[in-house]
Amino acid sequence: MSTGIQSSARLLTRAVPRKRKNPHVGAWGMLLPSLVILCAFTVWPMMQSAVRSLYSVRGGVWRFVGLAHYAALGNDPVFAQTLVNTAIFVLILVPVSVLLSLALALLVNRRYRMTSLFRLAFFHPVVLPMVSAASIWLFLYTPDYGTVDQFLAIFGLQQTNWLGQPQTALFAVMVMTVWKQAGYFMVFYLAGLQGLSREATEAAAVDGAGAWRTFREVTWPLLMPTTLFVTVLAVVGAVQMVDQLYVMTQGGPDNATSLLLFYIYQQAFSFQNIGKASALSVLLIAVLVAFAVLQNWLDKKVHYE
Amino acid sequence: MRRRVADVGLWLVLLALSFVWFVPLLWTVLTAFKSPTDGMGLTSLFGGLQASWQNFSMAWSSGPFLLYYVNTIEIVTGILLVQLVTITLAGYAFARCEFRGKSILFLLFLLQLMVPISALIVPNYQTVAALGLINTKWAIMLPYFASALGTFLMRQTFRQVPRDLEEAAVMDGARWWQIVWHVLLPVARPALVAFALVSISYHWNDFLWPLIVTQTPASQPLTVGLTLLTQMGEAGAQWQMIAAGTLIVALPLFVVFVLFQRQFVESFMRSGMK
Repeated sequence: MSTGIQSSARLLTRAVPRKRKNPHVGAWGMLLPSLVILCAFTVWPMMQSAVRSLYSVRGGVWRFVGLAHYAALGNDPVFAQTLVNTAIFVLILVPVSVLLSLALALLVNRRYRMTSLFRLAFFHPVVLPMVSAASIWLFLYTPDYGTVDQFLAIFGLQQTNWLGQPQTALFAVMVMTVWKQAGYFMVFYLAGLQGLSREATEAAAVDGAGAWRTFREVTWPLLMPTTLFVTVLAVVGAVQMVDQLYVMTQGGPDNATSLLLFYIYQQAFSFQNIGKASALSVLLIAVLVAFAVLQNWLDKKVHYE
Repeated sequence: MRRRVADVGLWLVLLALSFVWFVPLLWTVLTAFKSPTDGMGLTSLFGGLQASWQNFSMAWSSGPFLLYYVNTIEIVTGILLVQLVTITLAGYAFARCEFRGKSILFLLFLLQLMVPISALIVPNYQTVAALGLINTKWAIMLPYFASALGTFLMRQTFRQVPRDLEEAAVMDGARWWQIVWHVLLPVARPALVAFALVSISYHWNDFLWPLIVTQTPASQPLTVGLTLLTQMGEAGAQWQMIAAGTLIVALPLFVVFVLFQRQFVESFMRSGMK
C-alpha cells in the first residue's frame, strides 16, 4: 500500500508548479455541492416545517393561526394514541432488541462449529428490504394457516388474528422488528467484545468468579459505551419506523399500530393536512435533536469517567 | 467435563435460535416454489412443492418489474456516483483545509446525521413539488446527493494519511485535485467501498420517500412495486406469487451480501460508528 502511495507521489513530481489560490475559496468551493443539498433538504425543510406549522393554507391563501395546530393536537385522540403507541413501542422494542443482541453476540463470540452460519442467521434480516420482510411476516401472521399459528397449534393454542386485533397488533409488529434489527446491533456488540481485554475476564475466572459474576462485574460494565451507543441507535430508529406499518397494518386496527412517522405520513399524504403534519414534523425533529444532544452528553460522561 | 456439557447446551440453543431466525426466509423460498393452485400446500412448510419457476414468472408479469429493476439500479447508482464526488470533496476540505466558518459548516453536516432526510418527508415533498420534480427519479435521488455520513468517513480516512506525502507533492507543484486523485483516493479505497455498500443497501431498500414522490411505474423502484403486488395479493391471497415477488426484490442485494459477508458487516459497523 505505502509503496503505491510513494510511487504515485513521485509521479506528481512531474507536475508544473503553479501559484496557490486563496485557500478559503478552495475549501468553500469543495464544500459547495454538499452545502447546496444540505441547505435545500435538511436546513430549509426544518425551517419550513416550523413556519408552515403556524399557518393554515386554503386555496393558496396563507393565514397565520399561531399555535392552533399544536393546540389541536392536544384534543386529538388519535394523536394521543399515537404517542402512547410510540412510547410503548420504544420502551419495549429497545430494551428487548438491545439485550437480545447482546445475548446473541455473547453466544456467537466464541468459535463453535458453524459459528459463521449462526452469524449469518442473525444478520441476514438486516440486508432484506423492510417491505420484503414485512410482506413475509404478513403471511407468517395470517390467522390459522400462517406459520405462527401453525406452530402454536402444536401446543394446542387457538388461532389468533395477530395483526387484526388491537391487543396484539403492536406486539406482533415489535416481534417482527426485533427479528429484523437484532443482528445489526449484535455486530456492534461483537466489535465491543473483541475490544475487551482478555486479561480482564480471565483474571475474574482465576478469582473463581462464575460466568454470571464475570459478566455482571466485568463484561457488562466494560461494554457500557457499546450499550449506550446501540441504545441511542435503537431509539432513534424506533421513533422513525414506518415501512413495516405501511405493509402490515396501515396503522390499524383502530390506530393500534399508528406510530409517529406513520401518523405524519397519513396526515400529510392521505388527509392533505399539511399544517398539522408540519406541527408533527417539528415535534419529531425536536425529539431527534434532543436524543442527539443527550447522546453527546452521555458519551462524554461514559468515556471520561 | 461440566464445561463441555455447558458448551454443547449453548451450541444447541444457538442452533435452535438460528433455525427460528431462518424460518421467514426458508418459508419464502419454499413458498415461491409451491403450486399456486394447491391451497393446502401453504399450511405445511414442505407441502405442495413443485419444480417450476411458475410463481416467479407470474410475479414478474404481474407488474412492470423489469422497469422497476432498471429504475432501482438507476436510482442507486445515480445517488452513489454523485455521493462519491461530494463526500470526497467535502471530506478533503474538512480534513485538510483551514477556513473561516469551518465549525459552523461542520455542525450543518452533523444536523443531517441527527435529523435524517427520511424524517423530513413533508417539507421535502413540498420542495420537490415546487421544483416540478414529482414523479421523476430526480425527486428520489436529489435529497441524498450529499451525505454527512460519507463526508465524516472520508474526513477521518484522509486525516490518517501522513501529511508528508502530500507536502512532497505540493512542493512539486501538484494541484489539490491531483493530490486527492493520486495520493488520497488510493488510500481511501476501503472506506469508499464500505460507504458504497451502505449507500447501495440503504437506497435499494428505501421505500417511503420513493412511494411519496412517485405515482407511475416510470419512476418507481422495486420496493414500491412489491407493495403494489402485496396489496393485490391481500385481496386474493396469492402468497406463492408474493413470495416469489419478495425474492425478486431482495435477491440481488442478498446475493451480493452473502458473497461479501465480512465486508458488508464491517461496512455497516463503520457507518454506525460514525
